[in-house]
Amino acid sequence: MTTVDRGLDHLQGGHDEHHDVPYLTAKGGPIATVWDWMTTVDHKKIGVMYLFSVLFMFFLGGVAALMLRIELFEPTRQTAAGLTGAAFAGGEGSSVGAVGKFYNTVMTMHGAIMVFMFIVPGIPASLGNFFLPLQLGAKDVAFPRMNLASWYIYVFGSFFGVYVILTGVVDTCWTVSSPYSTSTTGQPQFIAMILAVFVLGFSSIFTGLNFIVTVHKLRAPGMGWFDMPLFIWALYATSIIQVLATPVIGVTFLLLLFERLFQIGIFDPGLGGDPVLFQHFFWFYSHPVVYVMILPAMGIISEVLAVHSRKRLFGYRAIAFSSLAIAAVSFLVWGHHMFTSQGELAATIFSALTFLVAIPTAVKVFNWIATLYKGSIALTTPMLYAMQFLFLFSIGGLTGLPLGALSTDLHLHDSYFVVAHFHYVMFGGTVIAFLAGIHHWWPKMFGRMYNEFWAKIASLIVFVGFNLTFFTQFFLGTQGMPRRYASYVDDFQLLHQISTVGSFILAAGFFVHLFVFIHSLVVGERAGQNPWGGLTLEWETDPVPLEHNFRHEPVVRHGPYDFESVVPPGCDEKEFPLPPKDEVRTIH
Amino acid sequence: MATIDSKASGVAKQDPLWKRYAPGHHWRNQDDEFDGAKIGIWLFLATEILLFSGLFCAYAVFRMLYPESIAQGSQYLDWRFGFINTVVLLISSFTMAMAIRDVQLNKQGWATINLVITLVCATGFLAIKFAFEYIPKWSEGKRLGNLFNYPYATTDHEHVWWSIYYMSTGIHATHVIIGMGLIAWLIYRQRKGAYGPTHYTMMEGVGLYWHIVDLVWIFLFPLLYLVH
Repeated sequence: MTTVDRGLDHLQGGHDEHHDVPYLTAKGGPIATVWDWMTTVDHKKIGVMYLFSVLFMFFLGGVAALMLRIELFEPTRQTAAGLTGAAFAGGEGSSVGAVGKFYNTVMTMHGAIMVFMFIVPGIPASLGNFFLPLQLGAKDVAFPRMNLASWYIYVFGSFFGVYVILTGVVDTCWTVSSPYSTSTTGQPQFIAMILAVFVLGFSSIFTGLNFIVTVHKLRAPGMGWFDMPLFIWALYATSIIQVLATPVIGVTFLLLLFERLFQIGIFDPGLGGDPVLFQHFFWFYSHPVVYVMILPAMGIISEVLAVHSRKRLFGYRAIAFSSLAIAAVSFLVWGHHMFTSQGELAATIFSALTFLVAIPTAVKVFNWIATLYKGSIALTTPMLYAMQFLFLFSIGGLTGLPLGALSTDLHLHDSYFVVAHFHYVMFGGTVIAFLAGIHHWWPKMFGRMYNEFWAKIASLIVFVGFNLTFFTQFFLGTQGMPRRYASYVDDFQLLHQISTVGSFILAAGFFVHLFVFIHSLVVGERAGQNPWGGLTLEWETDPVPLEHNFRHEPVVRHGPYDFESVVPPGCDEKEFPLPPKDEVRTIH
Repeated sequence: MATIDSKASGVAKQDPLWKRYAPGHHWRNQDDEFDGAKIGIWLFLATEILLFSGLFCAYAVFRMLYPESIAQGSQYLDWRFGFINTVVLLISSFTMAMAIRDVQLNKQGWATINLVITLVCATGFLAIKFAFEYIPKWSEGKRLGNLFNYPYATTDHEHVWWSIYYMSTGIHATHVIIGMGLIAWLIYRQRKGAYGPTHYTMMEGVGLYWHIVDLVWIFLFPLLYLVH
């Protein structure tokens, strides 16, 4: 056994009996339970609250995306969206201007919600919050109250932001580039949106700071840095970026706020300001932050691939260090978002640095594929999603290279090729991995299994829908369809229509998932302690973890991926048989 | 020492708060909690540096774009007020550090005195800033952005200089005000006996924060007042 009673409870701040209940146990009546959840400092409850909050935001952002796709079904600015758009834009009738404004507003909503309210907090704050302390063998994150504050700030910022975008006409796109953002109409709404994003930054910093300290100080006895699961390494690298990049967007938006209030002339070229400075500031945050989006996803893939193929991860240290390498390089490449607004030499340097990102990323992908070699692969839903990730993320990654090369970027930039590339990485990468992670950890989070058959069907629908939606956009981009336009020339219609149909298939896949989840919560079969046979510490807890996570402080006696030599905790040896001793070659 | 004696006899009700302090349930012991809090504070300080680095960066850019406006702008500032404020802040940083040392040695009276001096210095800094700098300049029309209406401006982009000046010193002053609140809280808690040789996490954290506020001013002072 890996967990031993060290009899040290008296040294661990007390071993209180009333915390030995599953964390989902209700505290009295409904009001008492709601109050308990609203004031909890338990990282598991906060993780679950974050999970539902970000998924709700994903729903809102998704609805906005579908509205965009409806509008793009026809080449001309059209009616279905136009009718609602007219009401939206202040009853100007379905005039061309009103519909265009509506399209821009919805596009801003889609971008701002998906970036700031879904995908940046997404995996770290939900799955990360829940499983980082569990995988470390800790009772909680380092600063539990700060963790709760992070959620409240997130909820406040998100609802404020969504309300503002819905009621006003903020149509700057999520990049709020100057001078458009310093001169566009909708003054109070715009200022409110800037404040919302500023506030959301704090929740991001709180989560990141909390994780770094937790990893440094709260690892279980016996867990060295290289005994940590790779999900933790990924979250650690993510947190570094969150802590170091977010303050920069903070000061940028503060300056932008004052630019709007007092025309301070820092960013507005009409007043002597420098709009390129805004772009530098903005991308100094917003480029590293795409690695905040993708790194935790990579961590999930490492976990899922190892557990569901019962193989020691190939190249553990290489994957761990590549996470840190990505975090480091992420701060050096922001200039590739502004090839046209800087000198040739700078553009060349940034282009070269951009290619550096491909190296640690490829290291990861090759190691993952090598892990699968000769593994006993179980085609569960998490595994299907992990394989989808490998496929889609590789396409996303490789299409980034022509965008990083100056000569090809001249042709491709600001086209649908960029849109497709970004969505292959962010959706095909992060969201797909998020789904893999949710299914992988669902039994541990809620103590119930989901319907494997329907979850697999849903994952198939998502895969088909996603590729129909976005693969077509590569063609659109190379043929010259510019991004961010509500209307287009007739030649593009077929591809746009395939894309729109695909987006609805994709949405259908998510609704199947939603029903699978609800079905699981209501009548799902009770999950065992360790349904997948994982070796990381979260599988040593009860089926639904206790309030204080572990019955006794765990002691780490084996690595997180020693599948060839360790019987998984809580599992029968027949269920997950070990290979014959003479076939095992230990690799270190 | 009295500390050690009372430890040997266990924790009693009449003991000061710092002796009765128990770490959060998820920490193995008090030392781990202290170390964790300290890493957290240092990370927070890193975010502060990055926040101000944006302003320093903007300063550098506009210095290159409009050198004469920036040079003219800094002529308007009186280095003597900046210098006095630098000294005031340095003294406050010293007394803050001394206050932490005092609680470590359980010299509670001296700790209070040093904390009060720190608070007085912080107030003095703001008083000088407002009475001799912000208010006179603002009333002369040397304001930021579209509020700028100084009639004797000699260069084109002086409003940009004032924007940078008010933004950077304003964000710094906001930090000073937050620091004053924190120090006042420390005095209140310290008088209640919350900090002592074995528990002074909050003092240490606020102390580090106060030093970074000081340090930012150390950079703002030469850039705004001395370099022409």
